[in-house]
Amino acid sequence: MKYMCLIYTDPNVTPPMGDSMNAAYFDLNRRMKEAGVMISGDALQPTRTATSLRKRGDKVETMDGPFAETREHLGGYYVIDCPDLDQALHWAAQIPGAAYGTVEVRPLVVFG
Amino acid sequence: MIEATLGRVMQDDRGRLLAALIARTGDFQRAEDALQEAAASALVHWGRAGVPASPTGWLLRAALRKAIDGYRRDTTLSRHRDAIAVLAEEEAADPDPQTIPDDRLRLIFTCCHPALEEKSRIALTLRSLCGLTTAQVAAVFLDAEPTMGQRLSRAKAKIAAARIPFTVPGAEDLPDRLNSVLTVVYLIYTAGYAQGPQIGIDLCTEAIFLARLLLQLAPDQPEVEAALALLLLTQARAAARIGPDGQSLPPIRQDRSLWNRAALDEGLALLDRAISRRAPGPFQLKAAIAALHSADGPPDWPQIAALYARLHDYEPTPVIALNHAVALAESGQLAQALAQVQALGAQLDGYQPFHAARADFLARIGDSASARPEYLRAIALAGSEADRSFLQARLSALK
Repeated sequence: MKYMCLIYTDPNVTPPMGDSMNAAYFDLNRRMKEAGVMISGDALQPTRTATSLRKRGDKVETMDGPFAETREHLGGYYVIDCPDLDQALHWAAQIPGAAYGTVEVRPLVVFG
Repeated sequence: MIEATLGRVMQDDRGRLLAALIARTGDFQRAEDALQEAAASALVHWGRAGVPASPTGWLLRAALRKAIDGYRRDTTLSRHRDAIAVLAEEEAADPDPQTIPDDRLRLIFTCCHPALEEKSRIALTLRSLCGLTTAQVAAVFLDAEPTMGQRLSRAKAKIAAARIPFTVPGAEDLPDRLNSVLTVVYLIYTAGYAQGPQIGIDLCTEAIFLARLLLQLAPDQPEVEAALALLLLTQARAAARIGPDGQSLPPIRQDRSLWNRAALDEGLALLDRAISRRAPGPFQLKAAIAALHSADGPPDWPQIAALYARLHDYEPTPVIALNHAVALAESGQLAQALAQVQALGAQLDGYQPFHAARADFLARIGDSASARPEYLRAIALAGSEADRSFLQARLSALK
């Protein structure tokens, strides 16, 4: 079962992405790869770089900013492959952002 | 007559049958549907051919067949070939529910998984392990039956979609997950304690049943022993907790001849056994506090205060901080107790015991003018006539 771990953090309380923070993420990436659970994972640029759009009829409306203005921003994600939720939660708890933000764990839909 | 027999079997063995079926289908909803269909056909068959020698065995076999039928009806049949093969083998082997492994421990860990909302954990546990009907579970929460039905369905759908495992957690996760289970059991007990027996269900009895079941399935766990001890020590005093004039009485003022000696002794023995294992935990602290309230003579308040302080390390909640303050006040440390409740005002403003405690502390230092509005607030928030009457008496006693 694949799970997406969405990492939400408040940029005002989050330590900046310095060397020690990067090292913590690199270390987790390495351990996830060794355990064979890591499918993908990325950090996102800040929400000030976001563009949102919706299409109504033929018209595309483009807006500056994220989908919702919230205190905690979606800052990155992992997609991991685990046998069950307990193991997914076990890995999610090791994401450095979990220590000061919130990590939402969602199973991916299996088609077919 | 057949319906009564079936009702009794389903009430007694529903948890065991459901656990066995979930273990074999890996699917909560399918297992429940299969059991439901098996019960429906039992009514027909037993009516015609009489009640079988082993009604539970009959139901298990019938439910396994229903589960196979369910998979066959499914449009994505190809994905279920393996499941059908396993079930067919089981069904052919004529399983005896008395000899198959008891999977209820796995079931209770699934029902009380922290990924489910707390209310859903309680509802799912009452429905699956205590054999309450959806209507009865709805009545416990004063919900409409369809609302509760939807809540239960959503919980089961999440278990399936997020793949919450049907398993006893490993050693690393066990303390936290066991605490989640015991908390559900304790919440069921306290709901029953507050409501009293209603609509033919005594939640206190159900909670004690669950705690005994856990002790049987997970022996040698000090927190399980202590949780059962806590329930028994509280239950032992239940008959004495309301005085002849309808007021709630603290243990020290209760008529001890009304205490259930057997429950008290069993609770104390369980607590001793738990503590001797030297693996402390929150339920051992709670049970130890309950035991000190049941001791002969006045309670050892400094000891109770020390236990609450340790409990606060495990569960840093405002309610435990309030109980700690009450114990401090009873130990004579009024100034410290008042300072501590003062700091809790913002969090506990709508909580009756907070205002009752604050009123009591203020009355003790002779500040009747400040105590009076606190008593009035507590009386306005009181949930039962017994509490109201107790607080009214304290208010009238103010100088």
